[in-house]
Amino acid sequence: MALAKRIIPCLDVENGRVVKGVQFVDIRDAGDPVEVAKRYDEQGADEITFLDITATHEGRDTMVHTVEKMASQVFIPLTVGGGIRTCEDIRTMLNAGADKVSINSAAVKNPDFVREAAERFGSQCIVVAIDAKKVSQPGEPDKWEIFTHGGRKPTGIDAVEWAKKMVDLGAGEILLTSMDQDGVKNGYDIGVTRAISEAVHVPVIASGGVGNLDHLVEGCIEGKADAVLAASIFHFNEYSIPQAKEYMRQHGIEVRL
Amino acid sequence: MSNIAVIDYGMGNLHSVAKALEHVQPGVEVRVTADPELVRSADRVLLPGVGAIRDCMAEIRRLGVDAEVREAIASGKPFLGICVGYQALMEFSEENNGVDCLGEFEGRVNFFGDDLKDADGERLKVPHMGWNQVYQTQDHPLWANIEDGSRFYFVHSYYVKAKQSELVAATCNYGVDFDVAIARDNVFAVQFHPEKSQKVGLQLLQNFLNWDGRP
Repeated sequence: MALAKRIIPCLDVENGRVVKGVQFVDIRDAGDPVEVAKRYDEQGADEITFLDITATHEGRDTMVHTVEKMASQVFIPLTVGGGIRTCEDIRTMLNAGADKVSINSAAVKNPDFVREAAERFGSQCIVVAIDAKKVSQPGEPDKWEIFTHGGRKPTGIDAVEWAKKMVDLGAGEILLTSMDQDGVKNGYDIGVTRAISEAVHVPVIASGGVGNLDHLVEGCIEGKADAVLAASIFHFNEYSIPQAKEYMRQHGIEVRL
Repeated sequence: MSNIAVIDYGMGNLHSVAKALEHVQPGVEVRVTADPELVRSADRVLLPGVGAIRDCMAEIRRLGVDAEVREAIASGKPFLGICVGYQALMEFSEENNGVDCLGEFEGRVNFFGDDLKDADGERLKVPHMGWNQVYQTQDHPLWANIEDGSRFYFVHSYYVKAKQSELVAATCNYGVDFDVAIARDNVFAVQFHPEKSQKVGLQLLQNFLNWDGRP
């Protein structure tokens, strides 16, 4: 018996409401992130990730209340990402009840922020989110680059080297989104997932592009991910979390049932 | 109705523990505090903790939490240590080039190592993060209604090896076998996070609130 691979549903939250739509048959208000999180918790999700896509300050305050509410009702780990730029942002989210925060563009802008955050709060709560896109042409050796601004802005930074650097600075976990796959539902980019998972000693969460349960299995087995994150396949009731876990178990993956 | 002191020495998210206790027993009075008077007047005491042991121990000593812990343990009231609050009860931790801990239990806190491997030779990530199986090694009121081998949520890079194996209440395996719960009289301490371990974790906290402090 071993450590279970984690399944993490991810909710995009804007102004305190889940966006992109979440459809559970018997939920009255599908837009309330706490209700949705509770449902995933009941289904056996191993963690929850809230991604705050709010642009305004008022919206951010709403997010803090959402986290507080979730933390008093759902007793599995909660990661909050989106707009985490300062140690003050981190403290606010941890005090509200988040267990981890995910840092993305602020790390690209100032890598030292990751070190400062890890020293102050401990690596266990610092997740660095990496958005990677393949930049090598067919026939060339594989190469992936970090992109920011939702995959629009290239940085010229090599994704594998970047992941190693983030871990050296104190990241306790890497949330890797393979951008060319995201939303396309062709599965994770297994190449970059495996390259980064093998390059670092901390857990790697695979994200982006999940369209079916085989993708989750591939992420764990071929991609060597320690956790798999997905949004839409769970939101739209295509698959439930127990279904996903049962399928993974049948493929020899250790899961928490 | 219980009145519980969650000892606050500035390390980590104590909100979750407090909320989980309030959830399993609505109306329970939870005080997140380092005030010795409040800890003394509590019926039950909980010592949590996350982060680096050097910083934790420094704050524990600076705030006089070490004396509060010793007094609470000696008083016979139910006492629960969680994560670094469990490690702090040992004699010594390898973390941060070696840190002396409270020494309530004989034993050491060791690093998982950079080349940790499972039985098949597959490399294991550190920190040990996620849901792993907990094997109960003795009957205890805190294990009531919790199936042996249940998965609890862990996040740590250092593990406890207790010297007095008869006090170990549960073990786990992650490349190495290690001790994840210890019990002596009114003291129970665990490496995992019951407040983040969904049903089984809430059950353990419920058991703690029901416990009279006797094994």
